[in-house]
Order: sequence, then C-alpha cells, then structure tokens
Amino acid sequence: MAISLFRTGRKLKTSPSAPLLEHGTLPWLLAVALATAGPHVSHLPPWLSLLAGLLLVWRALIWQRNGRLPPRWLLAGLVIAGSAGIAFQFRTLFGREAGVAMLVFFMALKPMEMKAQRDAFVVIMLGFFLLVTHYLYSQSIATGVWLLGTATLLTATLIRLSGGAQPVRAIVKYAGLLVAQSLPLMLVLFLLFPRVSGPLWGLPLDAHAGLTGLSDSMSPGSLSNLIQSGAIAFRAQFSGQPPEQSRLYWRGPAFSLYDGKTWRPDPPPAPNPRSATQPIIEARATPISYSITLEPHNQRWLLALDLPVALPENSTLAPTFEALAREPVRSRARFAFRSSPDHVANRSEDSAMLRQALRLPPGLNPRTRTLAAEWKQALASPEQISAAALRFFREEQFFYTLRPPLLGQHAVDEFLFATRRGFCEHYASAYVVLMRAAGVPARVVVGYQGGEINPVDGYLTVRQSDAHAWAEIWVENKGWLRVDPTAAVAPSRVERGIGASLGADEPLPALVRLDAGWLQTLRHRWEAADNAWNQWVLGYNPQRQRELLSRLGLANADWAKMIAALAALGGVCLLLVAFWTLYQAPGTPAEVRAWQRFCRRLERFGIRRAAWEGPFDFAARVVREHPDLGPLTNEAAQAFADLRYGAGRPEQLKQLEACSRRIKSIPASRRERA
Amino acid sequence: MLARLLGLHFSRVQFTSDMLPADVIGLSIYDRERSEFKFLPGAIFSQVLLADEINRATPKTQSALLEAMEERQVTVEGETRPLPEPFFVIATQNPSTQIGTFPLPESQLDRFLMRIELGYPDRAAERALLESGGRHDTLAAIQPCLTPDQLPSLQRTAADVHVSPALLDYLQALVEATRTSQRFVHGLSPRAALALIAAARAWAFIDGRTMVMPEDVQAVLPSVACHRLQLSNSASHARPEDIVQLIRSIPVV
Repeated sequence: MAISLFRTGRKLKTSPSAPLLEHGTLPWLLAVALATAGPHVSHLPPWLSLLAGLLLVWRALIWQRNGRLPPRWLLAGLVIAGSAGIAFQFRTLFGREAGVAMLVFFMALKPMEMKAQRDAFVVIMLGFFLLVTHYLYSQSIATGVWLLGTATLLTATLIRLSGGAQPVRAIVKYAGLLVAQSLPLMLVLFLLFPRVSGPLWGLPLDAHAGLTGLSDSMSPGSLSNLIQSGAIAFRAQFSGQPPEQSRLYWRGPAFSLYDGKTWRPDPPPAPNPRSATQPIIEARATPISYSITLEPHNQRWLLALDLPVALPENSTLAPTFEALAREPVRSRARFAFRSSPDHVANRSEDSAMLRQALRLPPGLNPRTRTLAAEWKQALASPEQISAAALRFFREEQFFYTLRPPLLGQHAVDEFLFATRRGFCEHYASAYVVLMRAAGVPARVVVGYQGGEINPVDGYLTVRQSDAHAWAEIWVENKGWLRVDPTAAVAPSRVERGIGASLGADEPLPALVRLDAGWLQTLRHRWEAADNAWNQWVLGYNPQRQRELLSRLGLANADWAKMIAALAALGGVCLLLVAFWTLYQAPGTPAEVRAWQRFCRRLERFGIRRAAWEGPFDFAARVVREHPDLGPLTNEAAQAFADLRYGAGRPEQLKQLEACSRRIKSIPASRRERA
Repeated sequence: MLARLLGLHFSRVQFTSDMLPADVIGLSIYDRERSEFKFLPGAIFSQVLLADEINRATPKTQSALLEAMEERQVTVEGETRPLPEPFFVIATQNPSTQIGTFPLPESQLDRFLMRIELGYPDRAAERALLESGGRHDTLAAIQPCLTPDQLPSLQRTAADVHVSPALLDYLQALVEATRTSQRFVHGLSPRAALALIAAARAWAFIDGRTMVMPEDVQAVLPSVACHRLQLSNSASHARPEDIVQLIRSIPVV
C-alpha cells in the first residue's frame, strides 16, 4: 500500500539550476537524521518518536525502490497535523521540550521533500542545530563522545555531498582529520571564552524537579527508599589520609519536631540576646581538610563531616550544626571544609533549643514512656540512660532490614516491643523518643555515613545508598554527643558500609553489591573519569578561569583582555592548522620529502634542481657540472627512482636519508677551495 | 630496411588521389573455375605497411586504414579478417602546403603512435650516404637480426615495464596541462595518453630499465604529442619547442 502511495505522487518541480541530489548520498543523510534525532527519543512523546521513525523508514524505502517522493499536499498535511499534535501535547510550541520536539519532527520530514542538493544542506544545518540541543538534557562524557562522533558524521556527509562517491573509509578518515584539526581551536574557545557564573548551560528551573537526595523531613520509609538509588550524592577529596570508615558521618539537617510519625526541622527559636544562638564548636583534634563536590539536590544544606570548624565562603553554620549554602544547590559545586572529629559542640545550649529537644507528641507511645521513666529513676546520668537504650537494642531481638513492616499510630511502641524490624530511621527515631521520655535532650540527624574510596583517583564517593540517620543527645558540660543506635544493632553498617550489613534479598542497588572483580575496577575507572570531567569540564567556572588566566600571566583579566587573548590564541591555532595543511602536505610520501630535502641541501653548492627535472636527468647534470658530487647524487637519485617509480625496498629510504645527511656534512667551503 | 632487419613481411603502397579503399584492403574477384568469389588480400595484409604520401589519397581511402590500425583487422564484404601479427603502419606525408593533398583528420592522426620528422641528415650521415651512392642493392644484403617470434616476446617484455602510480600522476598532469593550456586547440585524448605510456615503456625498455621514469615520458612526448596537438594561434601542429615548454611547466616529484 505504501508503494502505491508514493507511485501516485506528482513530480516535484525543481528549478533547473539547482543541482539534483545524488542517489548515493541519501543513506548518509538518513544516518545524520538518526544520529542527531535518535537520542532524543527518551524525552519525546512516544507518538512523535514513532511518527519520526516511520517517516525515516518510508524515505529509506522510497530510496531503495527508486520511488517517487510523496506529493506536496500530503506533506503539508503532515506538517500541520504534527505541529498541532506537538502544540496540543506541550500547550506551546516554544521552550525546551516543545522546541526539541519540533526540531526532531522537521528533521524527520525534511528528507521527504529532499530533491536538490540545497535540501541536503538544510538537513545538515538542522543536524548541527539539533546536536546542540542534546546538551540541554545531558552533559556527561557519553554525550560528549556521541556528539563528537555525530559532528564527524555530519562533516563526512558534507564531504560526501560535495566530493562525490568515494570509499566510506576515505570519507570518514577525512572528516575525522577535519574534526581533529578543529579541536585545538575548540579548546582555546573553551578555556578563554568569557564565562558566566552558573552551570555550563543555563537550565530552566524544571530541570531540578527530579533530583534525588535527602529531604527536609524524615518518616519511616523515606530513607529506605532513597537507599535504593545508586546515584552519587557527592565526592570528597581529603588533603591527607581519609579518616576510617566508622568516623565518616556526613552531616545533613537535624530534626527535632516529631508528630508521632514524621520528623521535621524546628523553626529556629527566636533570637535570645542572653544566650548564644551561634553554634560554638571546640575542636579537640587536628582538623581534617577536605573538599566535597556536591551533586545538585535542590536544598541549601551542604554535607560536611561531623563537625565542621571552617566553612567555605558563602555558607553559614545553622544552630543545629549543618552547613548551609546561601541558595539551594542547583548545580554541581565544590566546597572546601575543615572538620574536627573530636569536639565539644555547644557546651552551653540555648534553653529554647533544649526545650524543643525534649518535646514529645502527647498521648502517644505509652509503653515507651513507661520504659524510659523506669530508666530515669534507676540511672543517674544521661549517658547511662543512653547506654541502657543501646543495650536494649543490642540485647533484644532487633533486626536491621530495608523492608520493615508498616507501623500504626503508636509507631515507636510497636517497633520497640512488637515488630523489632527496622531501618536506621526507625532506630534513630525510637532512640530519640526514648531519650526525650527519660528527660535527655535529643534530636535526629540525617546525612550520609561512610563512602567508598576510588583507588583510581583517590576520591571518596558517597552515594544515595549511603544515606543514614543517627541521633544526638545533649549532656551538660559535654555538649551535643553523637549516638548511632543503628551501630548497636548492625555494627557492620557503620564499619563496613551498607552493602555488608544487609541480606542478599534486600533491594539494594547493584552498584553497591558489586564488591569484587573486574566490574568494580571498571566502575572505579569510569567514575574517576566522570569525576575528572565534572571537575575540569563542567566545573570550569569563572573562578577556575581566573585561576588559569593568572597562571598564564593574565591576572585580573577583564573581558576585553580575554577576547584579545582568545583572538590571539585562536589565530595561532588556525595558523598552525593552515601551516600543517599547506606546507606539510599530508599526502607527501616519505621518499619524496627525503629527495626534496636532498635537493635543497645541494643548493648550497649552487646546484638547483628544476622542478620539472627527473632524478636521472638531474643526476646526469650534477655529474657534468660538479663531478665530485656526482656519485652521491647518482646514489640518491637511484634510491629515489626505485622508491618512487619502481619496486623500492624500505632500506633504500634509509639510504636516501643517509645521502641527505652526508651531503649536509660536506662543507661548502671545501668545494670552493677545490 | 626496418622490416628486413626485423625479419618481417613488408609491403608498400604509394597513395595517390585516385586510390580506392579496395586498393589497400583487397577485393573479391569471381573465380570462374571454382565458381566462387576469391578474396585477393590487399597491401594491408603485411606486417610492415609503408603508406607513402598518405595525404595524397582521398579521405575515403585514408579512413580505410582506420579500422586496420585500431582493431588490427579489416572487414571486407561483411567478413572480418584479422591482420598478421605484428602489424606496423609507417606513413609518410607531403608538406601540407603542396598542391593535391588532403590533410589527415585528427581522428586518424591520433591513431599514429608517433610522428618523427626526419629533416635533413647531418653532415657525416650525408657523407656516408653519398659515398655509398644511395644504392638499393645493399638492402638485399641485410641479415635479419631477429627471428619472427622474437619480436612479439620483446614487445611483451616492453609492455611489462613497471609504471608506478607516481608516474601516472605525472603523466596525467602533463595530459591535463595540454587540455587546459590556451596554446592548443584540443588537449591530448585518452588514446594519446595510452600511446604515451606505451612509448615511454618502450623507451625505458630500450634504456634497459624495468621501470618508467619521468625522463622517459619527457623523451617520447614530442614525438607522441606533436602531431596530435593543434596550435591555437597558427594553423600548424605543435612544434617540439612547444612540448619542451609544456614539460617545463609540470614539476616532477
């Protein structure tokens, strides 16, 4: 049926001057359409992907059977219907999603009316434009490599269009050479083009909708969902030896408001002029210097090691000790910290804060309260009460699992005395409720625990699966003390990471499971490469550019200086490429270069080979005019002639080069004396 | 004399303005005794054909030579007959300014491998000629230096002389230069390029080499190209000086 469709088509009129498209170029153009539009399939509505795919297949069939192109009215109808569909789907024809959809649709339609060479150039230009749109979705290494390959394909298609039929390998090689020649210029533009702050490509706000990370509340199940993601949360680089695994508590927000189910941060207490609301951290050990490269999570907090003593600029320390950026982190960014693992935090605490750390929802969890009241009567100090709680977790039949049963109204009661199966959020939550019921100020802290050192580049990788919740209690004169009730239940969680502490049937990401073999090595390499890409390509911001420029001797460069440097270096690049192409003609074989060198060196003696002179004629003339140089020239001419015009052997090239060296060593003055 | 030296069968045709194709090719006559037509081969059925003063014959007769020279066969009365191997045509021409000449068409000139201008003999050669008295009886005394089957094998060896891609590049550059040059009305034809390769191979073979050098091409180019190139600023064919100028415009690498 399709065949009859294109047989009935009217022949399109093309102006006689426009050169017609060569039949053999079509596969190239269809490959261009596929390569530039194909990867967009994942973010296009399925009907559009299907339509575009069908159009391309249809065009390929027309090509294969030498059929006619569809009539204009059919194409016009398709354009109107497709555009209406896109407008209906996205409620607009502009913006990223609708714009890309329109471009892909055009890319699929344009080949349907491709008759003249001019149409093919339109497809190429559309391809280059469509290529750029991929950066709106992904800026990973894989995208970069794919786009470089596609740019080569586009160039190859241009060569095919204007150069006629040649072997595919020759075309691709030529295109690769052209792209390779453009790389230095690309590098100069990348390094020196004045940068704007913000990410490499400014993204619309909707790009942050799907970011994963800790949320600003904690309820049973919220962390165990996060843990199933193997996505990277941040990477850390220590300036010295990284601390041991069990001390890597990366602090996120602290929660002290509890409604019986969900933990939330308290609104900060009203500023009290009499007591310090500013957190005071006394370091008891040499601080550790490190920097973290945080993936965007759309929240203000930064993940610092417990507890930070020096913060990066543009950030503050909240009263609950988490480091806060001024703006939500919406692009990957690097922060430098210093933290002290041994510390006294807020030896004296604001009374309003302590009151908040003791509040419990009234009427809930009566059995827990009773147990805590018993401990309070029997035990003297808060630390003893805490130890009793941990002993309770350790000695009773508690079980660490990602799939705990659902809990009802008295969640903590049910957990402590009935189900006894839970994840870190259950333990942290139950512990804090116990402490508060026993009169010890306590709160929940969420963040990440542990991480994995990548042996390739030494970065510590922390994933969403390392998300963790622990607790803090406040003791008079000792300040806030970190207590991790999960460690009492499953010590291996803290010592060896999440992968070691959960059973094989738990829904953990496969990445965390892979703990041996070549797959892990491969993963480490890939992540190291990815990290380098993030640090040096995507993370190349105005500040890094300034650093680089001052290293190049352009301190405090303004945009005018930068443009000047850009023009100068870009010009140098172009000159180098031009020199390379024109002077060192890439096709000149070695024997010709050697022979030309030999003849150039003879010029010292006043002998100049005419361009049209063959080697034997030239040698005969040298014998006549300069008999002393004759034998050497004869030898060189014979070697060159064999190499160039006969069946030369490789050693003859060496012989020719040796002649060239020997002629250099003959002093010109000796000849003059003779 | 050449035919004698090579031990080949020779015939000579003196071209005149009233000659007909049958005079060159041959004709069928009725044999009364055997009641059938019998083909009497013309002068062309020989190994060396000397076409003397070829431009005195009419174009019709000249073109009778065309098929023979290109295809090495003649078709008479619907029957195709192969010519003997090897087959050479040597033609002499009167200066075209003389009365009663029909200039050869370009297509036929293109079929001649070379044109060699004899000119006047030099002093020593002329002296030897005068001393011998220009006798024709010396011809009979010449002993062939080749047997008839040696020549084809020599021809095959010459045709096997190596031609490298670099040499073809050079040769093509020369041929293209004749086509783009303003000096000539037409450039060299592909047939001329083939003739140039064949002649250059033979030259290299005579020089005792197994590969063709640009020098070989340069040496044979005037003979191969002069009669094929028409000067655009005069009515005559290219002179050797024009070809030397052409050679000097193309670099050898």
